[in-house]
Amino acid sequence: MSQDQVDTSKRRFLLAATGAVGGVAAAGVAIPFVGSMLPSAKAKAAGAPIEVDVSKLEPGAQLTVEWRGKPVWIVRRTPEMIAQLDQNADKLSDPGSEAQQQPEYCKNKTRSLKPEYLVVVGVCTHLGCSPTFRADKGAADLGGDWPGGYYCPCHGSRFDLAGRVFKNVPAPVNLVVPPHRYISDAVLLVGADSKES
Amino acid sequence: MSQVEAVRGWIDQRFPLTAMWKEHISEYYAPKNFNFWYYFGSLALLVLVLQILTGIFLTMNYKPDAANAFASVEYIMRDVSFGWLIRYMHSTGASMFFVVVYLHMFRALLYGSFRAPRELVWLVGLGIYLGLMAEAFMGYLLPWGQMSYWGAQVIVNLFSAVPFVGPDLSLWIRGDYVVSDATLNRFFAFHVIALPIVLLGLVVVHIIALHEVGSNNPDGVDIKKIKDPATGIPKDGIPFHPYYTVKDLVGVSVFLILFSAIIFFAPEMGGYFLEANNFIPADPLKTPEHIAPVWYFTPYYSILRAVPPLFGSQFPGVAAMGAAVVIFAALPWLDRSPVRSIRYKGPVFKRWLAAFVVVFVILGYLGIKPTGVWGTFPAGLPLLGGAPVATLVAQVCTLVYFAFFLLMPWYTARDTFKPVPERVTA
Amino acid sequence: MKSFVLILAALLAGPAIASSGHYPLEKAPVDLANTVSLQRGAATFGSYCSGCHSLGYMRYSRLTDIGLTEAQIKQTLLPAGAKLGDTMGIPMRPEDSKAWFGVRPPDLSVEARSRGADWIYTYLRTFYRDDTRPTGWNNLVYEKVGMPHVLFTLQGEYALNHESAEGHGAGALIKVKDGQLSPAEYDALIGDLTNYLAWVSEPAQASRVRMGFFVIGFLLIMLVVAYALKKEYWRDIH
Repeated sequence: MSQDQVDTSKRRFLLAATGAVGGVAAAGVAIPFVGSMLPSAKAKAAGAPIEVDVSKLEPGAQLTVEWRGKPVWIVRRTPEMIAQLDQNADKLSDPGSEAQQQPEYCKNKTRSLKPEYLVVVGVCTHLGCSPTFRADKGAADLGGDWPGGYYCPCHGSRFDLAGRVFKNVPAPVNLVVPPHRYISDAVLLVGADSKES
Repeated sequence: MSQVEAVRGWIDQRFPLTAMWKEHISEYYAPKNFNFWYYFGSLALLVLVLQILTGIFLTMNYKPDAANAFASVEYIMRDVSFGWLIRYMHSTGASMFFVVVYLHMFRALLYGSFRAPRELVWLVGLGIYLGLMAEAFMGYLLPWGQMSYWGAQVIVNLFSAVPFVGPDLSLWIRGDYVVSDATLNRFFAFHVIALPIVLLGLVVVHIIALHEVGSNNPDGVDIKKIKDPATGIPKDGIPFHPYYTVKDLVGVSVFLILFSAIIFFAPEMGGYFLEANNFIPADPLKTPEHIAPVWYFTPYYSILRAVPPLFGSQFPGVAAMGAAVVIFAALPWLDRSPVRSIRYKGPVFKRWLAAFVVVFVILGYLGIKPTGVWGTFPAGLPLLGGAPVATLVAQVCTLVYFAFFLLMPWYTARDTFKPVPERVTA
Repeated sequence: MKSFVLILAALLAGPAIASSGHYPLEKAPVDLANTVSLQRGAATFGSYCSGCHSLGYMRYSRLTDIGLTEAQIKQTLLPAGAKLGDTMGIPMRPEDSKAWFGVRPPDLSVEARSRGADWIYTYLRTFYRDDTRPTGWNNLVYEKVGMPHVLFTLQGEYALNHESAEGHGAGALIKVKDGQLSPAEYDALIGDLTNYLAWVSEPAQASRVRMGFFVIGFLLIMLVVAYALKKEYWRDIH
């Protein structure tokens, strides 16, 4: 073994330096592996925003499109349907859309950009079934005071025509409003709001 | 007692963690004169880890289905974030594994590391080499390119040359009448899980067997013969940690620079690491002009081609190829020199080893090329007329290759040798 | 032993390249940093090739890598009904293409990696008129090719020069009809197209090379630090 004194401080410094460089190396190696698990270009393409032509949609009717593997409903609400929304408050858990189930620009009475069109993800916020469209106001099987909206057959959750959840049902929050914007009067882009998306 | 020490104590009462650390790392005394040739063991371990890691991530996106395999590789190269990098790491790693392993084996030839009492280390190492060749062969089918497909077709067909059971054996290996989706799926299973487990197990046995007897060194001196009377530690031994951990880190850094240079600047390596033909999807109806195995198999492929058919059967060639790999196992018993290391052996052994290296390289080169690469002998010549020159060269090289082993008991016994020092030299 | 080794060494230095009778290839002017060239190549491919040849592993959205904006891609290269994230397929059905050409026009996504850019560059410039062929065209690089000379209006028409010695090199073909482009202009067009196909075959190439400099630079630092550490500890050993 060596006769000289071991320079401990130099060793500590070099060990620290090597450790630091090694740490950077480890992080550098981790990045591509962890990154490779992010959605691929294929997944992003499949999940890309879709354009929907709503010009042919009749008042009171619903159109279903698929986005990111889920159904998205677009309802062209009649003036009566829109008026009815103001009268539902006492039936609803979250009439003011306090829970973050919609983009900021849809945190309003009609939960939409244009009052006439409702854009909502057709997946019940309870356990994921797809509710049925029940625009028929006053339907007997839903109790005579049914204001029109959605009824989920799995466990009986109910939502109004702005996708807001009723009180005393299994579903905890309002239906999700996806990011969206209008490219033109007749064309809706579902899945993107800002111009860059 | 610090928290760390308390936890360590708790573990040690239930699992020999500190004992294992001491036995194999911090108090494993390795000879202090390890040189360049001693980097390749730790590098082989590094490449194994890299292949497993990149392999896992490739498997996340690869589809082992004849209809989708090729496309899934291009998907990885283009659509998966950093997929191209992981793919290149794996393809480069496969070739680098063989570079490292061949250099690692050559060290054993130089310094007699295969000799008693390390015969088992050598034999297990040979098992790893065979497993590695199988692993590489099966992995190469997975991209399902033209070379993947036809290379597999040719090699599996070799098994049909085995007398009596041949054709049935090939059918069983393939799972079909030709290499097909069935073959791809089972090669995937072997490549991804079966062989890696076998390789890991063999590596563990390899290291334990080495540690049981202790490492050899460039002088072939047995360091355990001279120990410090007070401590019982070999005088020429130094603890693996910190000295060789720190030294191997330098080796790893150099290796990674080379590895990265290839991955980032020349991943195809002129068509030797990623062959051009393999960017054409496999076509069972169209055989490529020239089928060659990947470079690390070519010396043995050369030997296979050099042996002519006998009694209408290709089996002698297949047998010769197999023998060329397996004959390494006999080394511990073929070397009859009184000394281990080439440093103290005579000129005869040195010339034979040099000849072995030369013919190994020539055979490797010839294996990549078609047999017509050096033209043919003029038609008029007796016996040789019209025969490819490369074939004759391959045949001569094959004879030298086997002679290196088979004549070894004779030439090592008769060779001169120098006196081996008691203590290691620099 | 020594003489044996010498003989082997001499043989090794001998003729290494077997003559395979293939047409000598010209070097393609590949320059993946030249985004203008790549964009021109993309346009040419879109106009003349994409009717029959798919680039099935390439997405339209990736064209932003060569400097095109999404709007430009949508306007000039995206077929009607296709989305930006789609892969570059073709409208022809495989059974039709096989019936019409005798063979499916291959997907060209990795053509530059299998045949090489030089092959593509030379191939697209050596078509000639040949009435013995069903398409009326033949090619010096790919004998009896099933592909007609799609670009003949641009290049003009060539025929075999029967006075030329082996049909190799300059003088193998003579021009029989002018096209819209001069030979230099046509070569530039094909150069851009080949450049584009080289990019398509490995779109990650530019970032790969860039990353390489950083990684190796970092590893050199790691080597220096590791070596200093090794030297320090090994001062203990004599």
